[in-house]
Amino acid sequence: MNKARGVIFFEDPPSIVGFAAVAGDMEASGPLKGKFDKVFEGDMDGEKSFEKAESKMQLCAAKKAIEKANLKFEDIDIAFAGDLLNQCIGTNYGLRELEIPFAGVYGACSTMAESISLASVFVASGFIDRAIAVTSSHFCASERQFRFPLEYGGQRPLTAQWTATAAGSVVLSGKVEGNIKVKAVCIGKIVDYQIKDMNNMGAAMAPAAVNTLVKFFKHTGTYPQDYDMILTGDLGQVGSTILSELMDREGYPLKGKHSDCGLLLFERERQDVHSGGSGCGCSAAVLCADVLDRLNCGKLKTVLFIATGALMSPTANQQGESIPGVAHLVFLEGSE
Amino acid sequence: MNMSYEEYGKLVKKCSPNSPIFKTVPLSFLVGGTICAIGEAFRLWFVSLNMSKEHSGIWVSVILIFATALLTGLGVFHKIAKIGGAGTFVPITGFANSVVSPALEFQTEGFILGVSSKMFIIAGPVIVYGTIASIGSGIVFYIIELFGGNI
Amino acid sequence: MDIVISLIKAFCVGGLICVVGQFLLDYTKLTPARILVGFVVAGVFLGAIGIYKPIVDFAGSGATVPLTGFGYLLSEGVKEAIKEEGIVGILKGGLTAGSAGISAAVLLGILVALIFKPKKK
Repeated sequence: MNKARGVIFFEDPPSIVGFAAVAGDMEASGPLKGKFDKVFEGDMDGEKSFEKAESKMQLCAAKKAIEKANLKFEDIDIAFAGDLLNQCIGTNYGLRELEIPFAGVYGACSTMAESISLASVFVASGFIDRAIAVTSSHFCASERQFRFPLEYGGQRPLTAQWTATAAGSVVLSGKVEGNIKVKAVCIGKIVDYQIKDMNNMGAAMAPAAVNTLVKFFKHTGTYPQDYDMILTGDLGQVGSTILSELMDREGYPLKGKHSDCGLLLFERERQDVHSGGSGCGCSAAVLCADVLDRLNCGKLKTVLFIATGALMSPTANQQGESIPGVAHLVFLEGSE
Repeated sequence: MNMSYEEYGKLVKKCSPNSPIFKTVPLSFLVGGTICAIGEAFRLWFVSLNMSKEHSGIWVSVILIFATALLTGLGVFHKIAKIGGAGTFVPITGFANSVVSPALEFQTEGFILGVSSKMFIIAGPVIVYGTIASIGSGIVFYIIELFGGNI
Repeated sequence: MDIVISLIKAFCVGGLICVVGQFLLDYTKLTPARILVGFVVAGVFLGAIGIYKPIVDFAGSGATVPLTGFGYLLSEGVKEAIKEEGIVGILKGGLTAGSAGISAAVLLGILVALIFKPKKK
C-alpha cells in the first residue's frame, strides 16, 4: 500500500496544550482583528532591521504559547521551528535565548504543518514529553530577499500574494490531556507542475495540496464532507480556485468545507493584497489565532490543516527552474 | 493527479486574473506623459534662460532624478508607480528609483557591502547594455567614417 | 501658445513611449528590468540609424526623458566623440554623454540612504 506513505495515525494522539499568534499591525487590522496575543507596531517594532523584527516576533509567539500552556522553557524538550529567510535566521536568532533543544525546519509556507507533524511524532513516540512548533514570516524581510527592494516602484500582478508579517506557535504534550488532539499527520511529496511564475505561487502549490489531500482521503476512506473544515495554508484566491477545480476532478469535491489561511488573514480588496496572504507566518497565525481557538471551545470538531509551500529559490528561478510545491497535512480534533 | 503540464498550465491561465489593461494602459499614458511634460516645461524654461541645448537636457534629467530620489526616500514613489506602471519606470524616474531604492533598502548591511554594492542590482544591466550598444554603434560609425561616409 | 503646444507634444509622445512599456509588461512575461534594458538598447539603435533624432526635435523632453532618450544620448555621444577624437571616441563617447545622469543617481542614492529609512508598501 504505497499510497499511504507519509500518513501517520497516532495510537496515543498528542494534545495541543498551548498556542499563540502574533502579527504586524496590518495583519491585526484585518478580519482577525483582536484575536492576536500581541500586535507589533510598524515594520520593525523598534528593532534595527526587518530580520531582527521577525526574530522578535517569533520569540514572542514561542514565549506566549509556553506561558499559556502554564509551562516553563525548561519543560519543553525540543523545538521544531523555521521561517522563510536564508539559513532560517528569523528562527536561529529568535529562539537562541530559550535554550530549548532546537531542530530547524524549512518547508517554505508549509513549515507550520511540517513542524507540528514532526513535533507530534516525537511526542507520540514517547521519547520526549513536550515539544513546541514555531514559524514566522515578515513581509519586508522576505520581499527584499525574494523580490525587489521595498521602495522599488513596480506593479504587482493580480496573481501575486502578500507575505504576512506574523508568527504562530503550538505546544504539544503527550502527558497532559488537552482539548485539541493531533489525530494524524500526513507528509506530502514534492509536486512540480512546471509553474515558473514567482508571482503566481498559488498555482505552483495547488497540485501539492491536491496530492496530499487525495492521499489522505484514499488512505482513510473519508471524504471532505466528513470534516468540519479543510484549511489550506496560503493558496490565495488563485490557488484556491485551482484547488477546488482539481478536487472536483479527483472526485473529492470540497463544497463549502474549504477555507484558506491566505484569504482569512486579509480583506483582499480593502487591504490590497491581490491574491491573498502567504508566508509561513500566515498559516501559523491563522491557525493559532483563530482555528485552534474554535477547536478549543467546541465550535469546530474536526479540521484538516494542510499547509502548502512553494519551494521557490530566486537562484533556481533565474536558472530557469520551475517552482516545486509541497503540502503537509495535520488532522486536528477538538474534544466533545 | 492525472493531468499533463500543458493542461495544468491552461487551467492556471483560466483561474488567474489578468492585469486590467483598460486601466493600466491609459494610466501609464497619463503618468508617463505628465512626467515628460514636466521635463519639457523645465527644458523650455532653461532654454529661455539662454542655457545650451545639451546643458538644459542634463539639468532636466538631474531635476527628475532628484525628485524621484526624494519621493523614493519619503516612501511616496512606489505609490505613484503602482498607479503609473510603465509610466513611471520607462522615464528616467524609473532608472533613478531603481538606483535609489536598493541603496535605501540595504542600509542595514552597511555602506560598502550594502548600499553601494546593491545600488545597481536593477539599474546595472541598463548601464551595461547601454554601454555595449553604444560601443557597437561607435564601431559602425567609425567604419563608416573610415570609408569617407558622413555620420 | 508655442509653450502649450510643446508641452502637449512632449506629453503625447512621452506617454506613448510609456504605453509601449506597459503593453510589454502586461502582455509578456518580461520583467521591468528586462524592459528597461530593451528600451535603452532600442534608443541606441534608433539613435544610430537616425530615426530617433527627428522624434527628439519634434517632442523635446517627450523623447529624451524616457529611457530610449538615454540610449539616444549615448549614441549621439559616441558619434560626436568619434568625430572629434577618432577611434578612442568609440569607448569614450557613450558613458561620457550619460555621465551626468549616472553621477546624479549615484549621489542621490547615497544621500537618500543616509537620510531616510525604508518603509512597507
